[in-house]
Amino acid sequence: MSSETQQILTTDGIPLSVSLKKAERKNKIKAFLLVVPLLLFLIITYILPIGDMFMRSIDDKMVTNMLPKTFTAMEKWDGKEMPPEEVFAGFYSDFKILVQNKEHGKLAQRLNKEKNGFNSIIKKLFRQVQRNKIDEGQSIKEQIMKVHKRWRDVEYWQAIKRTAPPYTTAKYLKGMDMYYGPDGNIMQVEEDRRIHRILWLRTLEIAFFVTLFSFLMGYPIAHLLATLPMKYSNLLMICVLLPFWTSLLVRTASWMILLQQQGIVNDFFVMIGLVADDNRPEMMYNKVGTYVAMTQILLPFMVLPLYSVMKTISPSLMRAGKSLGGTPFIAFWKIYFPLTIPGIGAGCLLVFILAIGYYITPALVGGASGTLISNQIAYHMKTTLDWSFASAMGLMLLTGVLVVYWVYNKLVGVDNIKLG
Amino acid sequence: MSKNQEFVKFDKVDKSYDGKVLVVKDLNLDIAEGEFITMLGPSGSGKTTCLMMLAGFETPTNGEIYLDANPISNIPPHKRGIGMVFQNYALFPHMTVYENLAFPLKVRKISKDDIDKKVDKALSMVSLSGFENRMPAQLSGGQQQRVAVARALVFDPAVVLMDEPLGALDKNLRESMQYEIKHIHESIGVTVVYVTHDQSEALTMSNRIAVFNDGKVQQLSSPDKLYEEPVNSFVAEFIGENNTFGGEVVDLSNGSCKVKLSHGEILANPISVKSKGDRTTVSIRPERALINPENKMDNNHAGTIEEVIYHGDHTRVRLNLLGNSEFILKVPNSSKNLDIKLGNKINIGWNSQDARALDPK
Repeated sequence: MSSETQQILTTDGIPLSVSLKKAERKNKIKAFLLVVPLLLFLIITYILPIGDMFMRSIDDKMVTNMLPKTFTAMEKWDGKEMPPEEVFAGFYSDFKILVQNKEHGKLAQRLNKEKNGFNSIIKKLFRQVQRNKIDEGQSIKEQIMKVHKRWRDVEYWQAIKRTAPPYTTAKYLKGMDMYYGPDGNIMQVEEDRRIHRILWLRTLEIAFFVTLFSFLMGYPIAHLLATLPMKYSNLLMICVLLPFWTSLLVRTASWMILLQQQGIVNDFFVMIGLVADDNRPEMMYNKVGTYVAMTQILLPFMVLPLYSVMKTISPSLMRAGKSLGGTPFIAFWKIYFPLTIPGIGAGCLLVFILAIGYYITPALVGGASGTLISNQIAYHMKTTLDWSFASAMGLMLLTGVLVVYWVYNKLVGVDNIKLG
Repeated sequence: MSKNQEFVKFDKVDKSYDGKVLVVKDLNLDIAEGEFITMLGPSGSGKTTCLMMLAGFETPTNGEIYLDANPISNIPPHKRGIGMVFQNYALFPHMTVYENLAFPLKVRKISKDDIDKKVDKALSMVSLSGFENRMPAQLSGGQQQRVAVARALVFDPAVVLMDEPLGALDKNLRESMQYEIKHIHESIGVTVVYVTHDQSEALTMSNRIAVFNDGKVQQLSSPDKLYEEPVNSFVAEFIGENNTFGGEVVDLSNGSCKVKLSHGEILANPISVKSKGDRTTVSIRPERALINPENKMDNNHAGTIEEVIYHGDHTRVRLNLLGNSEFILKVPNSSKNLDIKLGNKINIGWNSQDARALDPK
């Protein structure tokens, strides 16, 4: 190509691109060094924990490590009829080590999750092993099968085999109310036990409506903020930000005071005769409470990006629209509104993403019907201690947020976002 | 066809924003159909407020504005049919040039074909044909300005308002746009109300100029009259350059007056002095004072050159004359033979007709 033959040289005869790179190198290093602290911070506090969470959510090595010989022996077993003698022998020798290390309880717990009934038969086997009742000279298969009838049931051995792989996606399936059946295919949980799906849908629903309410309330406020004269708009800005600076807990608690059945709002309704005193509506410990409190708390995240965009829209544009013959509504709809879309996008995305993972407020005012998926995650973190399940759901939530972001990017374009 | 001399009429209009200060005081102004009138004045003089009242973005506190004999105070801006060019163009940034121009036509429910024709015509008028699909941000300042002008004219309004439309352009572009707007006005005969604080812009473009100060029209007349015959010292000072002497009238007779200054006396043309003993400010345009005048002039005084500044086509000379050390002369570049050197004493002469004795400052 002609451009290659006509390479531009500097006066010293060095190719221009080489020379430019050399000149820019110092700046590049400087720029990189400036962002290194942030980069490290991000890696340590964000990327590594997420990686760890991911590993934890698919990690299933415990049984794999506890029963190495069993699983080696099981490789040759077809998994349909009772396993052969070698499997039992392997299992016995693994189990003896577990008993020595007092780890058989963990195994029982884990296997019991896979199939109910393991707890008691492992305890029984443990007692036999402890008392040295198992004679290693004879068939171990026969002896173990005698310990409890369930040891003679092939389904229990199938359950053990299912725990063999070091990694599992079972937690993710569980998060969607599904599980692996005995023959390894994916099954649905019975309909009346599908709690997670309800929670996911409710989380989406609440996040959507909270975003919608924040938008409907935030848009006029932001417009007022952007158009009022300075002295009023500053005051209004403080009104918007004041709750923002108040502790989240305090705000949520004050909503509890306001919304409870004997609370101020209900008192007011009774006073003006809207509702009867003995028929006060429940506005807390249900979705209403979650909607009200979350909308109020997330409102600034809608108002601020909208405000920053509206502030840049020159008032003369609306005037131009009107002087050119557009009614105030047309001027708003054709000129003002399209120009605020970047702010709407930023505000909605911000509020939606914050709402989808919201925790404290729904936990306090949500009750049973107003809790979100994050409350479930916390429950597994703190109460059941099933961290891998909590991690799996956390990652599913993160994926959901990324999907929302992706869809948003397709629809509006992330370049159009303006946060300020 | 006789043109309506009161096409736009401000009738005793007052405007106050805070109820304490009047921004516009008792404004009476008639604008003829097809006229190019400029409201000129320093910032805060009320000229933009007048424009905004005419456009409908502000309401008069008192008085009424008539457009073609109809009172318009209660008509909202979008029904007035007045085109407007804004200070920062106010092009819709999310629309193409075509869409910007089509906006006023679309809201008037004009058919697609007619819109195309009108947009075409308007764009060719400002010589921007072929720019239909550009976004405003892709245009230069001057091009944006032309689009704004085209948009204000595309729906054939009876009146077009322009609010310092050339303020953001650089000097050369501003000058060429001045001529362009003037030519557009001449070719389509629309009534233009133009607001500016730039006096040369006003002088170049207008049929008549209304000089605003302090909420009042100080003088309303054609550019040449405004320059040659200012009626008060504000106008004299605001329009063009101006040498002033402050003094007291000591004699007033047959179309001429004698003014006593701190150093000496001069003869002047009594414009707003009524009687002996009045304080006055005498205003003389720099080009009306000559060095070593050949013809006999009734004012002749000697001054000392204090500063000489070369300006290319002319040389500015600052003199100390009759106690006024700010007396400016403009010496054309052709007069080479004159002995203009710092510290030289020279003789200055002017006709008393050109020295206007106005109200005291």
